[in-house]
Amino acid sequence: MPNDAKKIDGGMGAPKAHDSAHLHVSGEATYTDDVLESHGCLHAYVLKSPHAHAKITKIDISDCYVPGVHAVMMAKDIPGVNDAAPVFPGDPIFADGVVLYYGQCILGVAAESIEIARAAVKRAVVTYETLPAILNVHDAIKAQKFVGDPYEMGQGDAAGAIAKAKNKIKGSLDIGGQDHFYLEGQIAMATPLENGEFHCWSSTQHPSEVQHLIAKMLNLHDHAVTVEVRRMGGGFGGKESQASLIACVASALAWKTNRPVKFRLDRDDDMIMTGKRHDLNVAYEVGFNDEGLIEGIEYIHAVNCGMSPDLSNAIADRAMFHADNVYYLGNAKVTSYRCFTNKVSNTAFRGFGGPQGMLAMEYVIDDIARHLGKDPQDVRKINLYDAKGELGDRCTTHYGMTVEDNIIRDIFSQLEHTGEYAARREAIKTFNAQNKILKKGIALTPVKFGISFTLTMLNQAGALVHVYKDGTVQLNHGGTEMGQGLHTKVCQVVADMFQIDFDKVRITATNTSKVPNTSATAASSGADLNGKAAEAAARTIRDRLADFAASHFDTEISAVKFAAGYVHAGSHTVSFKELVQLAYAARVQLSSTGFYKTPKIAWDRPKGKGRPFYYFAYGAAITEVIIDTLTGEYNILRADILHDAGQSLNPAIDIGQVEGGYVQGVGWLTSEELWWNDKGELKTHAPSTYKIPTGRDVPKDFRTVLFEGINPEETIYRSKAVGEPPLMLGISAFLALRDAVAATGAANCIPPLQAPATPENVLKAIQAVQK
Amino acid sequence: MSDSIRFILNGKLVEVADLPPTTTLLQYLRLEARLTGTKEGCAEGDCGACTVAVGKLVKGKVEYQSMNACILFLPTLDGREVVTVEHLKSATGAPTPVQQAMVKCHGSQCGFCTPGFVMALSTMVNNKQNASEDDIQDAIAGNLCRCTGYRPIVDAARMANESAERALPSHPKELASIQRNRLMTYDVAGGKYFSPASVEDLAMVLSVYPDATILAGGTDVGLWVTKFHMGLPVIIYTGNVVELRQIRESRVLLEIGAAVTYTEAFDALAAFDPSMEDLLKRFSSLHIRNAGTVGGNIANGSPIGDGPPPLIALGAKVVLRSKSGTRMVEMEDFFIAYKKQDRKAGEFVEKLVIPKRPDNVLFRVYKLSKRFDQDISAVCGAFALTIEDDEIVAARIAFGGMAGTPHRAHKAERALVGRVWNEEAVEKAMAALDDDYQPMSDARASAEYRSTTARNLLKRFYIETTDPTTKTRLYRYAE
Repeated sequence: MPNDAKKIDGGMGAPKAHDSAHLHVSGEATYTDDVLESHGCLHAYVLKSPHAHAKITKIDISDCYVPGVHAVMMAKDIPGVNDAAPVFPGDPIFADGVVLYYGQCILGVAAESIEIARAAVKRAVVTYETLPAILNVHDAIKAQKFVGDPYEMGQGDAAGAIAKAKNKIKGSLDIGGQDHFYLEGQIAMATPLENGEFHCWSSTQHPSEVQHLIAKMLNLHDHAVTVEVRRMGGGFGGKESQASLIACVASALAWKTNRPVKFRLDRDDDMIMTGKRHDLNVAYEVGFNDEGLIEGIEYIHAVNCGMSPDLSNAIADRAMFHADNVYYLGNAKVTSYRCFTNKVSNTAFRGFGGPQGMLAMEYVIDDIARHLGKDPQDVRKINLYDAKGELGDRCTTHYGMTVEDNIIRDIFSQLEHTGEYAARREAIKTFNAQNKILKKGIALTPVKFGISFTLTMLNQAGALVHVYKDGTVQLNHGGTEMGQGLHTKVCQVVADMFQIDFDKVRITATNTSKVPNTSATAASSGADLNGKAAEAAARTIRDRLADFAASHFDTEISAVKFAAGYVHAGSHTVSFKELVQLAYAARVQLSSTGFYKTPKIAWDRPKGKGRPFYYFAYGAAITEVIIDTLTGEYNILRADILHDAGQSLNPAIDIGQVEGGYVQGVGWLTSEELWWNDKGELKTHAPSTYKIPTGRDVPKDFRTVLFEGINPEETIYRSKAVGEPPLMLGISAFLALRDAVAATGAANCIPPLQAPATPENVLKAIQAVQK
Repeated sequence: MSDSIRFILNGKLVEVADLPPTTTLLQYLRLEARLTGTKEGCAEGDCGACTVAVGKLVKGKVEYQSMNACILFLPTLDGREVVTVEHLKSATGAPTPVQQAMVKCHGSQCGFCTPGFVMALSTMVNNKQNASEDDIQDAIAGNLCRCTGYRPIVDAARMANESAERALPSHPKELASIQRNRLMTYDVAGGKYFSPASVEDLAMVLSVYPDATILAGGTDVGLWVTKFHMGLPVIIYTGNVVELRQIRESRVLLEIGAAVTYTEAFDALAAFDPSMEDLLKRFSSLHIRNAGTVGGNIANGSPIGDGPPPLIALGAKVVLRSKSGTRMVEMEDFFIAYKKQDRKAGEFVEKLVIPKRPDNVLFRVYKLSKRFDQDISAVCGAFALTIEDDEIVAARIAFGGMAGTPHRAHKAERALVGRVWNEEAVEKAMAALDDDYQPMSDARASAEYRSTTARNLLKRFYIETTDPTTKTRLYRYAE
């Protein structure tokens, strides 16, 4: 039927619903645990270390073989490399002679049911010789135990500038970790195939790496292993490197038994066995003038990496990259220690170190303002990076990159206005003067987040597009869907390229046999990289179709236009479907790959200088809170967010990322407290003890707006990455709480609030300023 | 001869005759019925990914409640109707208003929690006309979402709330045909399960199996199985015992049968004081209150249960029953030591007897936890002062989370009795609290925080009862 509409449904920029939304609400969306199990599928369970550090002196598995058990495996049974580490070695699949953290996997059992597997694991007899454990960063630094070399970034003479400055503050901030708490726990199901091949369903953000690690473990080539993921029930970085262990255990047992094996971690095992956001201590010293202008600053990051490198070095680097947030630091030195501890290896988590680096910076700004008795917003404004060329060189970061796209001033002025910052600040003063038990606080904090993998090599992506004879399109790319709406956005890109409706494009499960050598879906880069790769693939086919149309309808190629379901070629108009059928008959190739690599980036790590990021994404949030000074409990009353997603590919999805990121950031800095006992055992390993925000924790008055802008760089649709940056908007809630605490103390007091700001930590800070 | 488990699942009668009695509804749905829309997120009733609607026949109609399938043992569904996400459809076959609203409002991202939210909201919409904002928050208090930040889900709830279509499908006739009203015995290789219908039967079965696990709502016992992987060879379920399911009220007494759920007892308990209503809201999620019982919360003897502190302060008594009769103990005496209660073999908690609060008794209860909803108390404090002619003539103060059992603060009470309720008195009592309790540090709070806030809660009680103009509460705070 001819279509009079000028626009297709669901092109770039349309607020299209998630491509699986109708499956989510009906329960039909298939997650790895929902994939139909093949006949004979076994279930895996593992023995976890009861010690943080111990030598394994003996393993006796003779009693494990109860009826229904098909295999028991440990380190010595792995045919290839016993390591599930992403970059640097150190993450044994099964512990080999020594355990390095509480919960480390020692042996695995495959049995006909999970109950049998569990019972069998209980029958293993392992003896240990316990060893002293390092459980915090301070002890690690004392013992000089690191998972990577200490690293420094900086410019000018920080110490000299601080020494000369009129005002100085020295301080320290403990920043807690965070569990990902994806609703779907880690899971994989591996199936042995003919000719030594394996197929593995894995809930992973990085199928290529899982593929490679399974192959390495089984002494196979990469071409023998296929890894597939349709969707994850949340990832947040937790399934970037650490899904590999789960997939390796399942695959090892599948190899051993020659049967399909499923390994699904229940919530407790998931939280005990997999890494978290890095907790760290930031020590800082800052020198500044009477206006609050920073003249010199030194940071020491002591990063708790856990027992192996995992991705910690890149994460600790990013904490350093964001030690400036949106401010020109001048003379600055950032030193980072990548501390080894006998804890589970900490890993990627939305923001990848950025949040910790940025929180410390905002804490310092807050310190300066309180010291000088100024509104923190005034101190923020005078320290901002200048727009390029505006004022001398106040636009070069401490790692030598010029900030070219700074829009934070515009964001500030718009948000201060719409968020009624000044008026609310005054109202809060009045409220606090009238109330002795309840106090309010407010904070406005900005975000500037660098977009690109800082390991330049990873900034590449591939896609595969097929056009079928009926005019529908199947699309595949290297990115994975974890809820962020990546597949929806990439479908929109392809629909737009061909000018066909969104529902004519279908995306299928991410599969290493379709697009090879992919990077992890991480660093917020999913849509930037894969959108461009899919665009390239679609463009190749569209160009072929245009060429064909020009010759078929005997017109100039410039006269061929794809628009709203139709193709116009000079005076001829056919539907997209008709053109495809004609092209097929004329033997035009209707399938293509596409490839993209991010331009402009170059990072010289040994020198600590370069342009690690293609561009920055910006945003800011105002949060207003109220606290109960008797108990330290609090509520968030209102949050106003203005966030920069460039020209949004899908504003509905982007708003979802912004709001969800904010709430997750608030959770990190408020109720989400990880608690280990003095033996290194995690005691908050389920939602009964680990408290992520619920509906009532969300600000009652919650106003989120996307900043009207366009990415000056040539990204897909001139959009900006939006996965990670909004998480750091949650910092405003932490500083609003600190502001409320300050209202209970003397003027110019600096509350020593530590993160997370649990009610207990808030009360502690209140007691400290009242002393 | 073993009965089989009979219930209606998504409109069809299901009979189960061979699964162990500790099989959870979630396991049954996912592994046996292959209804994989219901998800496991935590297996402890804390995340709501497994939320289903469970219906009970009440006066010829099916009344639905949202519950956590992960900790419901399958035999407890005997005679019930269960609706899972797969069964939601409008009369026209289109998605229901809740499902449509969730799509329209972008209420799902990763989608894993979504079926649980859809079921929680569908049950809310089914049960309530014009749900308030607070009703919406209550309905989803037991559902965690890690992606959206909840705003779009709440928007979807509002949108669905406006729709005229609100019924969950139900089959009252079929359900009527599978009601037993007699002792159910489910005896399979995996264990024995008894569901008596009368206190006599309950006492009889318990006398035969004095070591049996007494199961009420299962919101704690369920975790023994899903978390600690304990075997429970003999289970006696109290949820169908008619006498234990009753609430009786007189001018001076409130009696709550041990198998009455918190949802059923909500109004009667909330009537004691607005602070009691606040506590009940924070007590747990709605899904848990729909299953968990007042009696179970007492009988399991947890040092951090939120029921005991206010009930002890109010002077509640526990009625225990066995084949040889009943006896009544003060609730404070029921808790002997950590996980040790004054319940003899063959005895069960029959009911709680709570004296009504006279007008001259000042009463408040406060709960402290890291999170408002669905969190276990770090500290829960309850205060009851009887004042005559400006003098405190009796004081009952009880705390949970401060010791191995919930118990009274006798020293603080003594510091108050005989005094005028003034600043000096409260300060003396606050100091005495430090002698009453030596709390411990754990994942929920440090010992110092517990001691400090215990004192401060007493102070809050003082401020609220002497200076009502001072704002002291976040929850009831309104600009």
